Amino acid sequence: MEFLQYFSNVFEPFNFAILVFGTVAGLLLGATPGLSPTMTVALLIPFTFHMDSTSGLILLGAAYTSTVAGGAVSAILLKIPGAPANIATTLDGHVMAKNNQATKALHFCFLSSAVGGIIGVFVLIFFSPILADFALGFGPSHLFWVAILGVTVIATLDSSSMTKGLASGALGLWLSTIGYDDVQGVERFVVSEHLQGGIHIIPALIGLFAIPQILSMYAENIKAKSTAMYETEKQSIFQSAKYCLSRYKAMGVGSAIGTVIGLIPGAGGQIAGLVSWDQVRKISKNPKNFGKGEPDGVIAAESANNAMVGPSLVPLLTLSVPGSPTAAVLLGGLLIHGIFPGPNLFRDYPEVSWTFIDSMLVGQILMAGLGILLSGVAVKVLKVPKSYLAPMIMVLAIFGTYSVQHSYSDVLVMLSLGLAMFVLEGFGLRSAPLVLGLVLGPIAETNFVQGTIIAKAAGNEFGYFLTGTLNLTLIGLCVSSILYSLWSYNRQK
Amino acid sequence: MKQKLFMALSAGILSVLSMVWSSAVLAEYPDRPVSLTVAYSPGGATDFQARIVTMVAAKDEYLGQPIVILNRPGAGGRVGWNHFASKAKKNGYEMAAYNVPHFIAQSIKFKTKYNIDNLEPIANWGADPAVFVVAKDSPFNSVKDLVAYAKKNPGAVTVSGAGLFVGHHIAFLQIQKETNVKLTYVPHKGGAPALKSVIGGQVKAGVNNLSDAYRSRDNLKILGIADNQRNKKFLPDVPTFKEQGFAVDDSSVNFRGVMVRKGTPPKVIARLASAVPKMFGNKRVTKQMNNGGSPIRILNRDQVKDMWKKRQVFLTELLKGL
Repeated sequence: MEFLQYFSNVFEPFNFAILVFGTVAGLLLGATPGLSPTMTVALLIPFTFHMDSTSGLILLGAAYTSTVAGGAVSAILLKIPGAPANIATTLDGHVMAKNNQATKALHFCFLSSAVGGIIGVFVLIFFSPILADFALGFGPSHLFWVAILGVTVIATLDSSSMTKGLASGALGLWLSTIGYDDVQGVERFVVSEHLQGGIHIIPALIGLFAIPQILSMYAENIKAKSTAMYETEKQSIFQSAKYCLSRYKAMGVGSAIGTVIGLIPGAGGQIAGLVSWDQVRKISKNPKNFGKGEPDGVIAAESANNAMVGPSLVPLLTLSVPGSPTAAVLLGGLLIHGIFPGPNLFRDYPEVSWTFIDSMLVGQILMAGLGILLSGVAVKVLKVPKSYLAPMIMVLAIFGTYSVQHSYSDVLVMLSLGLAMFVLEGFGLRSAPLVLGLVLGPIAETNFVQGTIIAKAAGNEFGYFLTGTLNLTLIGLCVSSILYSLWSYNRQK
Repeated sequence: MKQKLFMALSAGILSVLSMVWSSAVLAEYPDRPVSLTVAYSPGGATDFQARIVTMVAAKDEYLGQPIVILNRPGAGGRVGWNHFASKAKKNGYEMAAYNVPHFIAQSIKFKTKYNIDNLEPIANWGADPAVFVVAKDSPFNSVKDLVAYAKKNPGAVTVSGAGLFVGHHIAFLQIQKETNVKLTYVPHKGGAPALKSVIGGQVKAGVNNLSDAYRSRDNLKILGIADNQRNKKFLPDVPTFKEQGFAVDDSSVNFRGVMVRKGTPPKVIARLASAVPKMFGNKRVTKQMNNGGSPIRILNRDQVKDMWKKRQVFLTELLKGL
C-alpha cells in the first residue's frame, strides 16, 4: 500500500498544474489526427529537460493517459480515429453520432476509459512482478497467433458481407508489405521513391478514414440543402454514469482484455480495442446491433484501450525492457533524469516512481472530467456546415500527416490511399478491416519470420509454432473465433 | 484614400523587409536556427542523444543559434539520409546526424544516394559499443563456453540484434568470423525487442547496446564487449573479445555525430568544426548524457574523416559475398 503515501505529492500546486496541463494537452493532441500517443509523449519529452524529475514524469504520464482517450473524440464525431487504438471506437461511436447521440457516445467513452484506465494502473501497482514473467514469456510464435486472432475478427468487421470484409483485410495485409523489411533486408513493391519508407500507419489511418469522409461530405452537400451535419441531444452526466454502471459486463470484459493484451510486448492498443469489441459483441444478447450504434461497442473498445496503458508499462518499470513504442519513448524520459528503471526502481526512487503512478490514477479521473467538459464543446463540430467542416478536416489531415515524419511522400501516400478508398467504398469495401490488415500484417509477418529462423536453428520447425500451452490456447481462441463467426453468420441468414 | 494608405503601408513594409533581408545575407553564419535531420523516430536512442547534445547550441560561445531536430525515419535510416544527401541545402543551415557503421554499410549494400564521399563530417559526439549478452540463467559463462557449444552444434545458437546492416549485425558477423563458428542471427525491429528476446529466453544470446544492456544487467550476463578497451565507467568488469582471445575490434561500435553535404562553403564547415565539438563537451550536455547511460566520445572533424575511411575499407571486406 506504499502508493498511498505519495498522493500528496500529486496535489502539490505545481505538480497538479502540470497534471492538468498534460491532461488537456493530451486530450487536444490526441484528438488531432496524426498525433498518436507515442508521438505526443515524444514531443513533450524536451519540455521535461528543464523540470525536476517528478514533474517531468507527471507530464508524460498524464499525456500518455489522455491521448489514448482523446483519440476517440475525432473517432466518434468525424469517423477519423486519432490513433490506431481508436479504430474499433469508430464502428459504433460514429454511428451513434449520426443517430444524434454524439454527447452520449462521448460520455460513455470517457467514463469507460477512466474505469479501464484505473483498473489497468491497479494491475500495474499490485501485480507487476508476477506479470513481468508472463509478459516476457511471449515469444515470436505466440505473438504470431495473437496477430492471427486479430485477423480472424477482420472478416466480420463493419461490413455487410464476409467476403468483402475479407477482401478489405487482405488488401490491408498486402499494403503492409510495401517498403523495406528490417527482418529480411529486402525492398518490396517500391514502385516509386515515395514508397521507400513503406506505408506508415498514421498517414494510412488519416487517408483511409478522413478522405472518403470529406469527399462524401461534398457529395451529400450537393444533394441535401441542410447545412449542419447532425443534431446533438441533451444528456446529463448523471444519466450517462448510471447507464455506464449498468453496462458493467461490457466494461469488465473490455478492461480485462485490455489489461491482458497491454501486457504482451509488441501487441498494442489497436489489438486490445478490436479484440475486446469483438468479444463483447459475441457475449452480447444483441450482437446484430454492433456496428450500428450499440453503446456497448464504444464502452468495450474504450475501456480496453485505456486499460492497456498501465500494464504496458510493466515490462519497462520492472525489467527496464520497454514493451511498446510508447514505453520506449517514456524510457528516454526517465533516463534523462537519471532514473534507471528495473527491479530496484521502487526501492531506489520511491518518491518519483510512486508519484508517477499515483499521478496516472488521478490523471484518469481528471481525464474523464475534463474530457466530458471538452465534449460539450466538441459536439458543436457537428453543427458546423459541411462546406466549412470539410476543408478544415482536409487541412488537419495534410498537416497531421506531414508532421508525423516531415515527409511529403507520406502526404502523397495519404491522399492516394484516401482516393482509392473512396472508390472502393462504392464496391462495399471498408476502411476499418483494411487498416487493421495494415496494422496486423507486420506483427504477424515479423514474428512468423523470426519464429521460423529460431525454429530452424532448434531443428523443430513444426513444434515451435504448434506446441506448448500458450500456443495451443491461442490457436484454440483463433479457431473458436472463426467457428463462432461462421455459426452466427449462418444463423443470421 | 484607403487604397492609397494601403499602398503606402505595403511599400513601407516591403522596404523594411528588404533591409532585414540584405543585412541577413551579409551577417555572419549562423544568423538563424540550424536544422539537424535525424533518420530515426522520435524517442529512439539517436534522436534522444541528438536532442541532448544540441540543447545548448544557442549559447554565444557555440553557434549562437538553436539547433532544431527534424525526424525523417524509415527503411533503417535510408529515407532520411537519401533525402538529406539529395535535397538538403549546402549552406550550413541543414545538417544531419550520422550513425556509423549503419550508413556506410547501407551505402555499400544498397543503391543509396549517399556515401562517405558526398558527405562532410563535422564532429562525433558518442560511441555505443555492442556487447554480447545471454540470459541470467544461461549455461554460458564466457564467450569461450558459447563457442565450444556452437562448435558441436553449428547454427543452433540463436543471436538477436536490431535489424540488418546495423552495428549489432556487423558485430555479429565479426564475432562469427573471428570465433569461426556458425551462429544464427535473428533480426528484430529495434534494440529493445531484441534485448527482450534474450531476457525472455526466446533466443540463446544477443548483441545489443552497451547502455541498454547495462540497465538490464540484473537479468543478463554480459559476456564480452566489442571494442578495443573495456568500458571503465559503466561495465569495468566486462572483458573485451580481444582479452578472451578473439580478434574483434571496435569496427562495430555505433558512432554518432553530425555531418553536412559536400559543397558546403569551407568557411561554414570551419566554423561548425570548431564550435560543435566544444558544444558536445558542455558540462550540462555531458551530465545529461551520463544520466542516460549514453557513452560520450568526442572526435573532431579530422578524426571522424579518418574513422569513416577505415570503416569503409573494413565493411567493404566484411560484407563481400553476403
